[in-house]
Amino acid sequence: MPVVLENLGKRFGDGAPVLDGVNASIGQGEFVALLGASGCGKSTLLNIIAGREVPTSGALEVPSDGAAFMFQDAALFPWLNARENIELALKLRGVGKAQRRVEAEELLDLVHLGGAGDKRPHELSGGMRQRVALARSLAQDRQLLLMDEPFAALDAITRDLLHDELERIWKETGRTIVFVTHNVREAVRLGQRVLLLSSRPGRVVQEWHVSEEHRTDAGLAGQLTGVITARLREEIRRHAQ
Amino acid sequence: MPNSQLHVAEAPAGNRKVHAALTRSSTGAEDLRQLEAGLDSLQSDAAGGARIDWSRVLLPVAALAVLIIAWQVYVWLGIKRRDLVPGPLDVIGQLGALWGDAKLQEAVWTSLQRGVTGFVVSVVIATPVGLLLAQVAPLRRAFGPLISGLQVLPSVAWVPAAIIWFGLSDATVYFVVLMGAIPSIINGLISGVDQIPPQYRRVGAVLGASRLQLALQIVLPAALPGYLSGLKQGWAFSWRSLMAAEIITVGGSMGFGLGSMLNQGRDLADMTIVLAAILLILAVGILVELLVFAPIEKRLLRRRGLLTGSTR
Repeated sequence: MPVVLENLGKRFGDGAPVLDGVNASIGQGEFVALLGASGCGKSTLLNIIAGREVPTSGALEVPSDGAAFMFQDAALFPWLNARENIELALKLRGVGKAQRRVEAEELLDLVHLGGAGDKRPHELSGGMRQRVALARSLAQDRQLLLMDEPFAALDAITRDLLHDELERIWKETGRTIVFVTHNVREAVRLGQRVLLLSSRPGRVVQEWHVSEEHRTDAGLAGQLTGVITARLREEIRRHAQ
Repeated sequence: MPNSQLHVAEAPAGNRKVHAALTRSSTGAEDLRQLEAGLDSLQSDAAGGARIDWSRVLLPVAALAVLIIAWQVYVWLGIKRRDLVPGPLDVIGQLGALWGDAKLQEAVWTSLQRGVTGFVVSVVIATPVGLLLAQVAPLRRAFGPLISGLQVLPSVAWVPAAIIWFGLSDATVYFVVLMGAIPSIINGLISGVDQIPPQYRRVGAVLGASRLQLALQIVLPAALPGYLSGLKQGWAFSWRSLMAAEIITVGGSMGFGLGSMLNQGRDLADMTIVLAAILLILAVGILVELLVFAPIEKRLLRRRGLLTGSTR
């Protein structure tokens, strides 16, 4: 198990806990969608898994080499072109100069951007930028890839295509992916497992398995989406008082 | 009622309604590649060819011509005595005479040499100091207000002190230039670093950059636009401080610069020399901006996609 979370809790200062008693385990090569409304501490949880924040209680087991991270904002460096952005990630990992060039080209090919390596970030569309960012996070060569709402700012057409793209890349690279989203359809579309986090404090309240049939049968997928949405709304309603 | 009609159109819960985007939208790797390529070309801008925009050249020239004509017309009207307000032609004649005596070349060369040397030394001193102040919070808190304050202090204020310390020598001029340029370059670099979007540092940290790597590979290139405008301002301060120093400091081992020429015009009460010197000082400033800073800045901003929609 690359990631095991046991009774994880986190509070900032004297405030109310953001996370409280989070239990989850994520298997090697698994694609897990972490779903929750605003304020459920999704991003905090990712930061803890990435080792960028320390939990205040509980225990966790994560890969010793850390995790690759992808954000909602592509945050490509504007002074570098697409290939150089990927090469920088390789350089900071300590890859030699000649090898960097080769690997960067391979990664660009992997995200179907073989011809766009010389383009600067401002010349790329939002979807292309996010694919370069994906290639950059793959360049980190970590088994675990954490994604914090990476497609939330994209238009619907691009997002649908990137879902297919991410699924393909996940299958090709065998990465373990934790994908945070507030979009139930996205969670069902991508995850093998959907974990629902409650809000304030965040805690895993229920999980669903998504089978291969859900990927091809829109009716089945729609049904599951409905069930999860109903449960999510129940969680949100609790905060009405 | 229109409301109930709306409800009828909606499918009852649990019905096998087809939702968009719940299942795969492409039918295989090749199809996906094609769809993406299509979308990429739809969403990226076609690069426009670079053409020479003549209005950038003609409009400034026209503006200059209008100003000179207005000046000439004012002189023709004869409101003031000719020796108090000489016309453009008188000044051009004086420039020709100064050129003939080789005084013009000497003055421009002396001042430009001093200005460039002082500026380069300022850059070499200010850059590491600025980076250090921007990256180390306690240093910034301690010295930040002082540096900002120095920028407000007119560098002419240092001239009397410099004359007492260094006498009438080049050292006096350089001291004043450094006191003018260094604070503004430091401030430019600091504000450039302050304006770096926080996600760049975050990405750098996630990618495993060390502190030094973060400073050199991410912070410095990210701060380059702000640093460059600091350099521009630093040059302007160098040039201004230099003129102030040259006007006040005359004699001794001081050479003959543009400021000295200006001062000489005053001593001789020759308005054509005064105006010629002013125009030369202005022309050098404009030429350095046009030939050195503008191309670098334009290239930098264009490569980062920051020029779109500006009126430059």
